Amino acid sequence: MTVAVPPARSRTTRRSGRGWIGLGFTAPFLAVFGLVFLAPIGYSVYLSLFQDRLIGGTTFVGIDNYRQAVDDPQFWEGLGRVGLFLLVQVPVMLGIALLVALALDSGRLYGRDFFRITVFLPYAVPAVVATLMWGFMYGTRFGLVADLDHTFGITLPDPLSPHLILASIGNIVTWEFIGYNMLIFYSALRVIPHSLYEAASIDGAGQWRIVAAIKLPAIRGALMIATIFSIIGSFQLFNEPSILRPLVPDSVSTSYTPNLYTYSLAFNGQQEDYAATVAIIMGLVTMIVAYAFQLRGMRKEA
Amino acid sequence: MTTATPAPTQTDNHHRPARTARLRTPPARPRRAHSVDRPRRSATLTVLSSLVVLYTLVPLAWLVVSSTKTQADLLGSPGLWFSGHFALWDNISQTLSYDHHVFLRWLLNTLLYVVLGAGGATLLSVLAGYGLAKFDFRGKKAVFAVVIGAVAVPTTALAVPTFLMFSTMGLTNTPWAVIIPSLVSPFGLYLMWVFASEAVPTELLEAARVDGSGEVRTFFRIALPLLAPGIVTVLLFTVVATWNNYFLPLIMIKDPNWYPLTLGLNAWNDQAATAGGQPVFNLVITGSLLTIVPLVAAFLLLQRYWQSGLAAGSVKE
Repeated sequence: MTVAVPPARSRTTRRSGRGWIGLGFTAPFLAVFGLVFLAPIGYSVYLSLFQDRLIGGTTFVGIDNYRQAVDDPQFWEGLGRVGLFLLVQVPVMLGIALLVALALDSGRLYGRDFFRITVFLPYAVPAVVATLMWGFMYGTRFGLVADLDHTFGITLPDPLSPHLILASIGNIVTWEFIGYNMLIFYSALRVIPHSLYEAASIDGAGQWRIVAAIKLPAIRGALMIATIFSIIGSFQLFNEPSILRPLVPDSVSTSYTPNLYTYSLAFNGQQEDYAATVAIIMGLVTMIVAYAFQLRGMRKEA
Repeated sequence: MTTATPAPTQTDNHHRPARTARLRTPPARPRRAHSVDRPRRSATLTVLSSLVVLYTLVPLAWLVVSSTKTQADLLGSPGLWFSGHFALWDNISQTLSYDHHVFLRWLLNTLLYVVLGAGGATLLSVLAGYGLAKFDFRGKKAVFAVVIGAVAVPTTALAVPTFLMFSTMGLTNTPWAVIIPSLVSPFGLYLMWVFASEAVPTELLEAARVDGSGEVRTFFRIALPLLAPGIVTVLLFTVVATWNNYFLPLIMIKDPNWYPLTLGLNAWNDQAATAGGQPVFNLVITGSLLTIVPLVAAFLLLQRYWQSGLAAGSVKE
């Protein structure tokens, strides 16, 4: 199909003349997006307003499900857990990723390409494999923890015990995503014009001063994006605890994270309406926190 | 496969030819033998970064070493060193043949999901990214806001209602239930959008139009070759996302015959925990290794493409 288009120079002609064509290119994406994003969200909101009762079947209950969630200790416990995870794991992970990116960008490493590609590799490892691997290694009967115990004649604390499991999960997630975040930072660092460094160095600025005054402000956008993705990822924590659960049912409950709770409610408890409610609340919490972070970041910039 | 097309916008302006720096110091600036562009290599920094590399590699090394062991040796020998009996080939053939070759079935399922899901997601992202970057139309800003906002929606918030919707449409327990939701990649769209606005000069499109080229022809003949590095980048990331997908098939697929590798491996691992189940940890470990090898290979072989694609994508953050 060819469309004859007269040569158009002004912006206004382009808008009216080719608007439909632009929309045509975008339409297939939007159609599927509507089906797998917008429709389910709408359906979720609808579900959250109903309850399946023994007597009377499915009944409209208004915001009762939301009231129930607000009073639900299991929900709050899960939310608190992912909140703690967010406050500790995300800064550690992003901090290491940033340091590695800066080290690579400084050009002072021997074998820079080897470092970059190696640190990125875990990104290609599925969460399932990463979790199974670390799960085996955490083992105190066999696994690396057991090896250390044997070799040094000590008894290390069990990484899979209830009070250490969150840190152990944090370690798995950190391992999986340091490389990915490093690459985002590194890509942003690479496009900073080098003349800036030259100028700063002529002015007598040292390496750390260049990092603080030029590099970090220049990659602010990348830092924000990585942080927002990590906030979202933390609130959605599911794969790692869900895969570890059969191994250590005492350490990971069915409501360990809000996502795990939603899953258990919907697929084991047949409470789809309440599951939809919890999921919507989590979506709102995620958006509010991500948005608040973005606002704070922007204000600093101004 | 297209031949190497370097990203036109790639700002690779600081190669650091350190070796030449040491050989011939610019005579104009004798005091700064190691300039900003040609810094001195630091052993301390290399050692510190090596710690991160070590952290990255230990689990992978453990996986490789463990895949050479029999079930009995897994329990009886140190994790990071080989046992006397090298059982890798035996493990691989057992993994492939266990339970009527079900691993091969899972591999084919995964390939199906990846080819249609990631391929489709890339196609849709490229078309939409180009449309949004190179044309003005009403509602464009709204599209951006909605798509970026959608990233924040928890996967479960979508999964539960999508499952119920697909269930009434009779799609659950079929490959479509995994493929259709994989077709949308907000990250892919964002990357293609940024990439297309940088890599495809509007003047070039205008010139083609003046010459009487139709929009579709212009897209295929002019825009597509320029978009190649971006396309490879999006393709790699969507391939990883679908190859590694766990949550979506976990919900949608109950029939083990339609499992992807990730669900299958997890099922084998759980087998040890169920009553009367036979532990097959050697198969879980060898299967895990076989699962990650293709992706690691793809990332290593296609480095130059996706790295230039990412670099250009980060220009306009």
